[in-house]
Amino acid sequence: MWLKSVGKSIIFGVPIGVTFLDTVGYVARVEGISMQPVLNPESINTDYVFLSRWAVRDHDVRRGEVISLVSPKDPNQKIIKRVVGLQGDIVSTLGYKNQYVKIPEGHCWVEGDHTGHTLDSNTFGPISLGLVNAKALCIIWPPSRWQSLEAKLPKNRHPKVG
Amino acid sequence: MTFRFLGKTCGFMGYFVQYACFTHCTFEYIGDFVMCSGPSMEPTLESNNILLTEHISPRLQRLRRGDIIIAKSPSNPKQNICKRITGLAGDKVRGHFPSRSHVVPRGHVWLEGDNSSNSADSRIYGPVPEGLIRSRVICRVWPFDKITSLTEY
Repeated sequence: MWLKSVGKSIIFGVPIGVTFLDTVGYVARVEGISMQPVLNPESINTDYVFLSRWAVRDHDVRRGEVISLVSPKDPNQKIIKRVVGLQGDIVSTLGYKNQYVKIPEGHCWVEGDHTGHTLDSNTFGPISLGLVNAKALCIIWPPSRWQSLEAKLPKNRHPKVG
Repeated sequence: MTFRFLGKTCGFMGYFVQYACFTHCTFEYIGDFVMCSGPSMEPTLESNNILLTEHISPRLQRLRRGDIIIAKSPSNPKQNICKRITGLAGDKVRGHFPSRSHVVPRGHVWLEGDNSSNSADSRIYGPVPEGLIRSRVICRVWPFDKITSLTEY
C-alpha cells in the first residue's frame, strides 16, 4: 500500500521538480580557473553558484553578466563565462584570427576573467545566443564567499558599441 | 462555504500544475509536435506539415548523416529551423558563399535543406554547434494522406 503511494508521489513529484529546475534555476559547481578571481579564487575550494534560467527566458543577456552556456565544442559540457560584446558590437580580440570582430546578429562574445587561462570566444569565435543556458546570479557556497555576481567589465575590455 | 471554495480552487490549481509540469517534461525530454513552414525542405516536407519529433537521440548524441532535425536558428534563438544533417564533425563539406571545401569542426554539424536552391543553411552561416539541435524528426503526422516515416535517408 505504501509502495503504491510512494510510486505515485515519484510519478507526480519528479516532473514538478524537473520543470522547476528547467524554468526557475538550479545550483551548479564551478570547476576550473577560467573565471578567477571572481569564482574559485583559490584552486583548492570550488564555488557553487545559483544559475537562473528565468533570467534568460527571452535570450536577453547584457554586457558584463556572467552566464553559463553549452560549449560549442562539446554539447555535453557547460561553461561559465562573462559576456563582453553583443550583436553589432566591435570587439578587439585577444589572440583570435582577426584583430577586430563585428559580432553577427544573434551572437555574443564571451570571455573568461582569467585572460590566458581560459577557453573562450578568443578560441572559438562569437557564440550563438541559443547556446546560452542560464545567468549566474550569486555564489551560495561556501558561506564565507556568499555574494551576488555583478555585471561588470574590465575597463580595457569595453567593446565599441554598434 | 468560503473554505470549501478555497479548498476546491487549491485542488484544481494543484492538478493544473501537475499536468503542466508533466506536459513540459514530455515536450522537453521525450518528444513533441512541430509545424514546419517555408520552402527549404521541399520536396520532402512542404509548408504546414506537422511532424512528430523526439528529443532523446540529440541528448545522447546519436545523430547520423541524413537525419532531419529541428534546431534553433544560429542567428535568431527564438526561431527554429528544420534541416537535414549532411555532415558530422570531421567530414569534408562544400561551402557555398566562400565556395571551397572545409572540415566540420568538433561538436558541430553541417545542415542543408533538401531544396538546395532555396534554403538558408550551413552553406550561408557555416557549421552549427550541436548544442543548438533540439530534436530529430521521426515522421509526418499531418496531412493524413501523407503520413510517412522520415528517419531514413
